[in-house]
Amino acid sequence: MSGGVDSSVAAALLVERGYDVIGMMMRLWSEDCGTGGSNRCCTPDQLLDARRIADQLGIPFYVIDTQDVFRRTIVQFFIDRYAAGDTPNPCLECNRHIRFEWLLNHALAMDADFLATGHYARTQYGAGGRVRLLKGLDDAKDQSYVLSVLSQDKLRHALFPVGDYTKPDVRRMAEKLALPVAQKHDSQDLCFLADGDYRRFLAEHAPEAIRPGPILTRDGRQLGEHTGLPHYTIGQRKGLGISYHEALYVLTTDPAKNALIVGTQDELGHRGLIAGRVNWIAGDTPLEPFRADVKIRYKARPAAARVSPLPDGRVRVTFDERLNAITPGQGAVFYDGDECLGGGIITRVDDDAR
Amino acid sequence: MNTQLVYLDHSASTPLDPRVLDAMLPYFSEHYGNSLAVHSFGRQAERAVEDARDTVARVMNCHRHEIVFTSGGTESDNLALRGPVQYALTQGQPITLITTPVEHKAVAVTARQLRDTAGAALRVVPVDEHGRVSADDLRAALQNLPSGGLALVSLIHSNNEIGTRNPIPELAAIAHEYGAIVHTDAVQAPGHGPLDVSALDVDLLSLSSHKFYGPKGAGVLVVRNGIDFLTSHSGAKHEDYRRGGTHNVPGIVGTAAALELAMNTWPETAPRLAALRDRLVEGIMDRVPDTRLTGHPADRLPGHASFAFAHLDGNTLLMLLDQSGIAASSGSACKVGDPRPSPVLEAIGLGPEWTRGGLRLTLGHSTTGADISAVLDVLPKKIRAARQMPPSISV
Ligand SMILES: Cc1ncc(COP(=O)(O)O)c(C=O)c1O
Repeated sequence: MSGGVDSSVAAALLVERGYDVIGMMMRLWSEDCGTGGSNRCCTPDQLLDARRIADQLGIPFYVIDTQDVFRRTIVQFFIDRYAAGDTPNPCLECNRHIRFEWLLNHALAMDADFLATGHYARTQYGAGGRVRLLKGLDDAKDQSYVLSVLSQDKLRHALFPVGDYTKPDVRRMAEKLALPVAQKHDSQDLCFLADGDYRRFLAEHAPEAIRPGPILTRDGRQLGEHTGLPHYTIGQRKGLGISYHEALYVLTTDPAKNALIVGTQDELGHRGLIAGRVNWIAGDTPLEPFRADVKIRYKARPAAARVSPLPDGRVRVTFDERLNAITPGQGAVFYDGDECLGGGIITRVDDDAR
Repeated sequence: MNTQLVYLDHSASTPLDPRVLDAMLPYFSEHYGNSLAVHSFGRQAERAVEDARDTVARVMNCHRHEIVFTSGGTESDNLALRGPVQYALTQGQPITLITTPVEHKAVAVTARQLRDTAGAALRVVPVDEHGRVSADDLRAALQNLPSGGLALVSLIHSNNEIGTRNPIPELAAIAHEYGAIVHTDAVQAPGHGPLDVSALDVDLLSLSSHKFYGPKGAGVLVVRNGIDFLTSHSGAKHEDYRRGGTHNVPGIVGTAAALELAMNTWPETAPRLAALRDRLVEGIMDRVPDTRLTGHPADRLPGHASFAFAHLDGNTLLMLLDQSGIAASSGSACKVGDPRPSPVLEAIGLGPEWTRGGLRLTLGHSTTGADISAVLDVLPKKIRAARQMPPSISV
């Protein structure tokens, strides 16, 4: 329970369905812990909100100190990957290592059968006891992307009570239950940033990840200087600070040279990608290439593609059409309609696509 | 989940005694006058307050004028430190505060604030392995006081976290030798033994009614006659200008009723609690490895048992106990989202493997032998489980 609308309603729904519910909050590491800042994951406000809601629902509530492990795994990972030139997605890692590992173990140790969260996603039990992960009913809110890292073992213990509802439904339920959070804003930013500004965060916590360097064309001509690779996103046009006779876009980075590679619009975009650390939700690696819709960012639209498992465990994804924003470090998540089949972490673009 | 609840957190708060409630009830909606008002309603309220003052003074063996009604232990502790300090400031006197590392936050934080805001010199007297102040250490802390200044010694009477009682009369006499005045936080004391202001020989003493089956948000500060005091809670002439604010008449009536009951009944209730407590302590020491009793083994509050368990997070244990219907505490009820080791356990010399693993079980009137048996049955299992689990935070 975060003190927000979704996890509060999730808890309320479970109570209503007759589960014996225990509320838990993770106190995560964050920059301004203990200073009364506005950060959402550990402020006493959020804590008191969650505790009040738990009491209103008649369930116990405990705060688990997750600061050390969160800092060591998630925050350090975030810093390291940026330093290596990637654009990491810490939410994927948090679900992999913190929520559905650390917190789930905690819950199981307390004799719980399930760990429920406020994610917009659904599970469905299929033949042979296999659990399928489905998108949340509210397409605009669907969070199956960040749950694509879960295995059968984890999903068997997972409940996503709000996944069957739309966000407006969830707000209405919160209002009906007179939960004091019905009107709270959605939280968007990374939970451990004091102000939502990851650039400032990196400048303070990992200055070595932000070094000025050259802006180069594909063929190595220097056009200017960049202020640090984490300041740019692939596909970006504005704010490069160079004048050129054509519009220029960020094509990619070259971390070894600390260079930002730019080019014209027709150089932008790739037909494919390679992803590693692949998780298959069903458990088995598919033997044959298959067609799927693939999301390359949490908020990206699914794009039609062919997914080919490689012998080394990675996958090659070949899109029907070029995509402009394939970004190493982000997840590539595979869907068959509403069903999330799994995903991997993008390691590089791939233009050898066949 | 177990539905048979066992409440072993009486040091955090106690239920209101039904007799106390009966005494308070008329003062909510029948006799609601303001005690300062001229009319009959006012007189009625004033009489209730002054009767209560008589009762409190009588059972505490002090003068009625020495009783100041407050909003509880925290306010009493604040006033006890701030009142003399504010007076000394108006006189331009140098100020020295002398306290211990095992005080409640109401004293500890206030003393630090006065160091920072009033220029008070702050001296901290060490405590022994049981959390007691020794005569020699106090003497050492009283050396070289600036002349013509205020020296205020604040010593906890009975420790909320580890139950230890300080030898207050002996320590107060030493402080007085050096011209210091003495405050004692006696919030945990009533109902557990005698509490006689004259015998204690202190100048200021704090009580909190909800710790002795009285109402929350009510308490007492005793200020002995002759102590220079300029209140930090200024307002109208209430409490002889020592604590402004309309009297909480039901709270004051309840305070007097509860304190009188506590003083009259402790000779019977304390030995019963001590016997149950001893059974609890022995049972836990027998059943749980790597355990220490914290606080003094004998001179401690009768209903108070406290432990440190090595390699265990106390807050995780509290969570598991709550799941089994046992309400306990790690020592002080005021640790919102704070997973740090206990300063009290550090002050009595325990190493880092112990200082997060505090548990306090405090017994009260409703505690039965069956409660103790239930705890002895559940606790060893929960400790084993907690030792396997990552730490959590109490709120
Ligand atoms: C020793 C001690 N002093 C002061 C207090 C504060 O009292 P109150 O809760 O009335 O503010 C407490 C109780 O928490 C206490 O145990």
